[in-house]
Order: sequence, then C-alpha cells, then structure tokens
Amino acid sequence: MTDSQWPVWEVFVQANPGISHKHVGNVHAADAEMAIQNARDVYTRRSEGISIWVVPANNISASSPEDQGAFFEPSNDKPYRHPTFYKIPEGVKYL
Amino acid sequence: MTLQEAKFEYLLRLGDSSLIIGHRLSEWCGHGPILEEDIALINIALDFVGNATSLLTYAGQVESKGRDEDALAFMRGEREYRNLLITEQPNGDYANTIARQFLFDTYMFFLYEELKNSKDETIAAIAVKTHKEITYHLRHTSEWMLRLGDGTAESHERLQNGLNDLWMFTSEMFEMDEVDAFLIKEGIVPDLNKIKANWEKRVFEVLAEATLQIPTTTFKQKGSKEGKHSEHLGFLLAEMQYVHRAYPRAKW
Amino acid sequence: MDDAKQLEAFEAKIASGAKIEPKDWMPEAYRKQLIRMMSQHAHSEIVGMLPEGNWITRAPNLRRKAILLAKVQDEAGHGLYLYSATETLGIDRSELLAQLHTGKAKYSSIFNYPTLTWADIGAIGWLVDGAAIMNQTALARGSYGPYCRAMVRICKEESFHNRQGYEIMMHLAQGTPEQKALAQDALNRWWWPSIMMLGPSDDQSPNSDQLMRWKVKMESNDAIRQRFIDRTVPQADFIGLTIPDKDMKLDEKTGSYTHGPINWDEFFEVIKGNGPCNANRLKARVDADKKGAWVREAATAYAAKRSKEKLVA
Repeated sequence: MTDSQWPVWEVFVQANPGISHKHVGNVHAADAEMAIQNARDVYTRRSEGISIWVVPANNISASSPEDQGAFFEPSNDKPYRHPTFYKIPEGVKYL
Repeated sequence: MTLQEAKFEYLLRLGDSSLIIGHRLSEWCGHGPILEEDIALINIALDFVGNATSLLTYAGQVESKGRDEDALAFMRGEREYRNLLITEQPNGDYANTIARQFLFDTYMFFLYEELKNSKDETIAAIAVKTHKEITYHLRHTSEWMLRLGDGTAESHERLQNGLNDLWMFTSEMFEMDEVDAFLIKEGIVPDLNKIKANWEKRVFEVLAEATLQIPTTTFKQKGSKEGKHSEHLGFLLAEMQYVHRAYPRAKW
Repeated sequence: MDDAKQLEAFEAKIASGAKIEPKDWMPEAYRKQLIRMMSQHAHSEIVGMLPEGNWITRAPNLRRKAILLAKVQDEAGHGLYLYSATETLGIDRSELLAQLHTGKAKYSSIFNYPTLTWADIGAIGWLVDGAAIMNQTALARGSYGPYCRAMVRICKEESFHNRQGYEIMMHLAQGTPEQKALAQDALNRWWWPSIMMLGPSDDQSPNSDQLMRWKVKMESNDAIRQRFIDRTVPQADFIGLTIPDKDMKLDEKTGSYTHGPINWDEFFEVIKGNGPCNANRLKARVDADKKGAWVREAATAYAAKRSKEKLVA
C-alpha cells in the first residue's frame, strides 16, 4: 500500500445564521466524519463558524479560465438586469 | 470532615485528572500520525488544561489558604496529587493513547453530565462548559476506536493490546470514599455507581462495533485518592513543575 | 496561443495587480519556484512546532501553558494552509513530505537552533515570529492567489504569536535578576539567527529580478531585514534588553539602525544541515511519519470497508 495523506476535502463554513456557507480551504481526511472534525479544528479555532460542509475535492467540477469569455462576458451588456438601470422620479417611495 | 474540606478534595480529583491527561496529550504535539490529528490532539489538550485551570482556581478559593491554581498545580508533590491513575499512564503508541482517552472521555462525559446538576453553582457552571467540550472529545476518540479496531489487522491488535493494558485502571474511576458520600448527600456530586452503569454500556457498545474484546483482566489498580500513584507521575511532575519551582519568587 | 504570447499575457496580468489562480496558465519556472518556496514555508511551520513544543510540558504556569499550546497549534494550522496552497500547483502532500523527509526540501534555518530555556519561547515569539511577519505581510501582496490567501490568514493569526512572545520577554525583563538574565541570554542567542533567517544579502541572492517581476518575491531580503531591525531595536530598549551587536547604531539621517557584519558562514552551514539541531529535527519528523503510517493506513482501510457496506446496503 502506498503511503497516503488521505483524500482532500474542501471545507465550507457558515459564519453566522442566515448567510451562506463560504469556502475557507481544505483538509485531508480518511472519511466524511473525520473531515468535518478536522475542518472544525482547523478552520473554526477562533469562533469563525456555526456550521460546516465538507465535499470530497475530486467531486468538484470547475469552469476553466478559457471559458471566462464565453461564460461571463455575455452578461456584461445586460445592464437592465440591475435595479440601477431604471430611473425613478424623485419623491416616489418604496421602489 | 467539613463541607469545605470535602469540596476541596473533590475539586483536586477532577482538576488533577484533567491537568495530567492534558499533559500527556500535549506530549503528542508535533509527533502525531498526520498533521490534522496533531491539530485535533492539541485542541483536546487545550480543553483539558483550561478545564483544570477552572477547577484548580475554584479549589484554591474553596480552600481559602491563599493558594491559586498555579500554586496547586506546580507546588504539590506526587503524594498530594489526586488524578486518576489512568490519566498519568504514558502515551505508548497511538492506539494506546486512543484507548486511554476513550476510557477516560466516556467516564468524564457521564460524570460531567451529572455535575451539571450540582447544587454548587460554580461546579455546575464549569460542568456545563466542560460537558460540551467532552462531548466533542468523546466523539473524536470513539470514531478512532472504530477506525483502529476495525481498520487493519495491525491496528486492531495494537488497540486491543492498549485496552488490555489499561483495563486494570478503569475500576478506580468508580471507587467512592467518605468524600463522595458527604458530597452526594449534599447534592453536589453524583453517585458513581450510576456513572459506572452508563460507562459500561457505552464502552461495551463501542468495543463491539469496533470488533474488540472486552478485556478479561481481573486484578485492579487503585490508590489515587490517597495519593498513591504509579511511578510515572513523579517523572511527569518533575518535568511539569521544574521551571516554576526553580524560580520561587518569579512571576511569568 | 503560443508560449510567448501566454507569457506576455501572464506578465501583463501580474503587472495589472490581478492574481494568478491554479488553473491559469503559468510558466514552468513560476510553478517550480512557488512549489519550492511555499513547501519550504510549510515545512518551516511544521518543523517549527518542535523547538516550541519542547516547552509545552514545562511552561511555568497554566496560563503560559495554554497560550503556548494554542500557538503551536496555530503553527500546525499554518503548515496545513500552506501545504494545501502548494497542492493547488499539482503536487500532493505526501510527495512534499517525502521531499522534507529525504532532505531534498529545506526549511527555515532558524528552527535548527535549540530552545534551551523558557526565555527562548519568548524570544521565538518576539524575534522569529516578528521576522516571519515582516516577510509574510510582503508575500501576502504576491501574485499567486492561493499563497496570498494563506498568507493573509496566517498574518492575522501570527500577530498574537508575536505579542505573546514580547509579553513573555517583558515579564522576564521586569522580573527577578535571574529572570532578566534568562531574557538577555535568549536575546543574545536568538538575535543573529533571527536576522539571518530573512535570507542571504541581496548580492548573494541569485535570480531575484524575474521573481520580483512575477511577484513571487516582493522585496529584497536586505530591505525586509532592515525594517525588522528598525522595529525591533526600540522594542528591546523599551524593556531594558540589549541587542548583542556592538556595532549597532542609529543613523540619525535615515532613522535606520546600521548593524555589524552577519556571519553568513554560519547561515550557510546551518542551511547545509550542519546546525545544532538539524539532525534531531529531521529525525523527529521522520519518526512521527513512520510511527503514523499504520494509523493512516488503518483509517483508509476502515473508510474503504464502510463505503463498501454503504454500496451493499
């Protein structure tokens, strides 16, 4: 058996109730339970979290840098998706 | 015996056990089987040292002779220490450490669960905080019991050996004397017979799941309540206390 | 795109202040240099646990014991962040560790000095962590995203280390005469190694130009060293300790301290493996790894059994 440092798990921590889990880094662990415990010990030593997700790193698919143009630039010319696009007369409230 | 004396004695038992097992765990620092586990072990050691600090601080207050937590930790000798024998046993290999931690964590888990209801408010408050910590420790060590017990043939054998070696120190955890009797009557501490039943149930369950045998050792060691320890404690204290004792007037 | 064009785009990106991310194109020399630097940095954190770990069981009171435990734990955490950042460059941790254990990879020269007294724990936090922070705050502005993020996190945690070290020294310096002597002795032994650990003088440090342009290196060793000295000397004065350099004096015009000659022979000997503790430190790491092998294997075997059970169920 080749020596192993165990698989990598990506770690997501929710800092406070009501906000999303945010990627904070990763840990090595042999199983999911261990990954959660390791994440707790490594990434929440200073009360940084209230909830932890771990995901095996090899289960994550990512877009690649070459996709950047095709994926993300088409949305640049659609300013009408943002509220600031619309002019509302002064004095109109709750819009 | 007065209430004050009984409480002081009991607080030393709790505080010393945490301090000594925390010391043992801290010896792993930088030498653990993998980086993540190094971090986990230090975390647990840190909880034990914190818990010991609270208990010894309170012990000093109860005693009212001007001894603070450091005086109690660093200026008492082997015969005055009240930690359970199991806590001072050397780390051995990783399986041995896990076995020791698991047996003691399970004990502490059920004990502090009861101490949360202590009529002594300070003890109850310390127990609330400690019980949260120990719940995590127990989860950590129980998982490792399964991984090592049901991992490879080698890990199984090492863990079984560790358990067998430590088993003779387990019954001491449930020994009671006049201090216990006094404090049980006052509603300050629990009857350890109740803890024992819970402890056995949980330990046997985990051992079964980890494919381990319950050790058959029948001879038992005790003595910590009278300050009669194994030879290991003297060396441990010599190391722990030397700087503090070498500079008697110093503040750090 | 051909390599020349890729390189041009890569350099333009760095010049614009953008970060390079793991999947971005990068020159092989950049990748190699980063792996070398980042893993060296990770190894330093892990080996650095040893000289301080030495004193956890002997800390003079419970408060100091808890602080030291927390600090050494942080170092393990920092090592972990750095290995993790290094892994994004396509090399895994077992390979990085193998490089450390076989002596192929280096770690900071400073951890090859012994911690002889409790005061050394103060000196390490104050001087060694102080010097490291100088270096790391610079590196946090570098070009490789994962390294910068690790640096930001590390710097945030490291400032507690630096302060607790100074606090130890302050208590000693203001304590009994024996304690003050301990503090001065620790400063005497750690001062020169601390300013050496920031690396050889600029005239002895090869290929810096390209590394600076690629923002792998952000500042010259000498510049970082000077800033460290200028900040540290007044801190020593404040608590009544003397920097062990008879040639050190304040240049009124620049506000900087000039220092005496650094013994670079000693530095290169330690780097080569001939420092007082090189053999011990490496042996401790190799032993821990060997003794841990069956544990890692057991956890892997157990996880495999469990996932098989799940499939069957």
